[in-house]
Amino acid sequence: MPVVMDADRIGRTLTRIAHEIVERNKGVEDLALVGVRTRGVHIARRLARSLREITGQDIPTGALDITLYRDDLMRQAVGPQPLVRRTEIPFSIDSRKILLVDDVLYTGRTTRAALDALIDFGRPKAIQLIVLVDRGHRELPIKADYVGKNLPTAPNESVQVRLQESDGQDEVVVQQEGQ
Amino acid sequence: MNTLRRKDLLGIADLSPEEIALVLDTAEAMKEIGSRTVKKVPALRGKTVVNLFFEPSTRTRTSFEIAEKRLSADTLNVAIGTSSVVKGESLADTALNLEAMNPDMIVLRHSSSGACHLLSRICRSAIINAGDGMHEHPTQALLDAYTIREKKKTLSGLKVAIVGDLLHSRVLRSNIHLLTKMGANVWVCGPPTLIPADISRFGVHATSSVDDAVRDADVVMLLRIQLERMEGAYFPSLREYFNVFGMTEARLRGAKPDVMIMHPGPMNRGVEISSEVADGPSSAILDQVSNGVAVRMAVLYLLAGGAEHEAAA
Repeated sequence: MPVVMDADRIGRTLTRIAHEIVERNKGVEDLALVGVRTRGVHIARRLARSLREITGQDIPTGALDITLYRDDLMRQAVGPQPLVRRTEIPFSIDSRKILLVDDVLYTGRTTRAALDALIDFGRPKAIQLIVLVDRGHRELPIKADYVGKNLPTAPNESVQVRLQESDGQDEVVVQQEGQ
Repeated sequence: MNTLRRKDLLGIADLSPEEIALVLDTAEAMKEIGSRTVKKVPALRGKTVVNLFFEPSTRTRTSFEIAEKRLSADTLNVAIGTSSVVKGESLADTALNLEAMNPDMIVLRHSSSGACHLLSRICRSAIINAGDGMHEHPTQALLDAYTIREKKKTLSGLKVAIVGDLLHSRVLRSNIHLLTKMGANVWVCGPPTLIPADISRFGVHATSSVDDAVRDADVVMLLRIQLERMEGAYFPSLREYFNVFGMTEARLRGAKPDVMIMHPGPMNRGVEISSEVADGPSSAILDQVSNGVAVRMAVLYLLAGGAEHEAAA
């Protein structure tokens, strides 16, 4: 089970992304972070901390649950209904630049759902996509603006992002399916 | 556990505590949707829900309809006054004809206990009980539980006093099942003529003393005196009922200082509850109505998946 990113690497990567955010947006004016539940939220909170260290400013941070927007909802023949959790966006997204944060970018379907969900909250000035890992195999025309690591994978592999907040440690591992 | 292991929601009696907790947890996520500018998510897009109401209802029918619309389901309301039922069509025939148009769910309210069980046997659609006779009203009990949990954080160990017409109340039956399953200490209170003989079999304390019921209660829930069912002369007069059982501020002094007052509606002010209590600071009556939408969204969402499994099996 190869570890492709360890805790140090994840930490450095997120710091680098935070700097890229500041550079690309020429500051953090009008920015807000929205993490896709569950691990996207943890990454968004860490980026908010980094951005505060770099710029001294607090970036509003929210959590988005995309379950009710999934395109496979009500379609799977068997298996339980996905659990719905709370969406918490305690600020207006109108006229803000939204930094949408997820752990892994794969087919792009989660991002599609997240974009639809966000648009229901208002009309942001722009949405930029941040992912810790881009593993390829897109099924929709979606591209990330900030990528922690490009990780070429086979479709039968699975990429697991583990974070301190939810899993007790920071690492990214690649597993063969059924392993 | 992420799913209700059933096609229909017929009553609380056959739900497990885990299933109840799942509905309440899902309702928490659903409640946030109602606070958005765009109060709609696409979860039930393309699903058809029929609201089939054989009894008058404002709150429950509106609540279901709003819940269905917030989940993007297509909803239609069959009003019985203008339907073929007035021409003598039976419940089963009405349901089978509606089902021939292939809806996904039917929300049913009917004056006969067991009407939902009948439909669940003959229909492919998921059946949601919105109140059947004197049997159950499961979504009311779920929204009551949600409201209590929202304020008190838990149901377990709370003293809940339920006062009113115990005999005719489907809300009471659903609430007893739910509250005892979740570990609450349930007291029921009413005139002896309105206490069902076998009530203690359900694990509740029954009394005709309001003071005993209310003493140190965390929650006091009033039940409507069902004026339309009072032809049996269960008590001398409404005024006398209010004097003995009506919930007033004076009576509530025996309860805990942070007691919650609940009523499933519609209220008879000055019969089971005084206006000062109904509109007072302890009242959670309108919270119950708000939470009803979120709880019904949760039930619709969870059963929509369940029905799919059934169809595939």
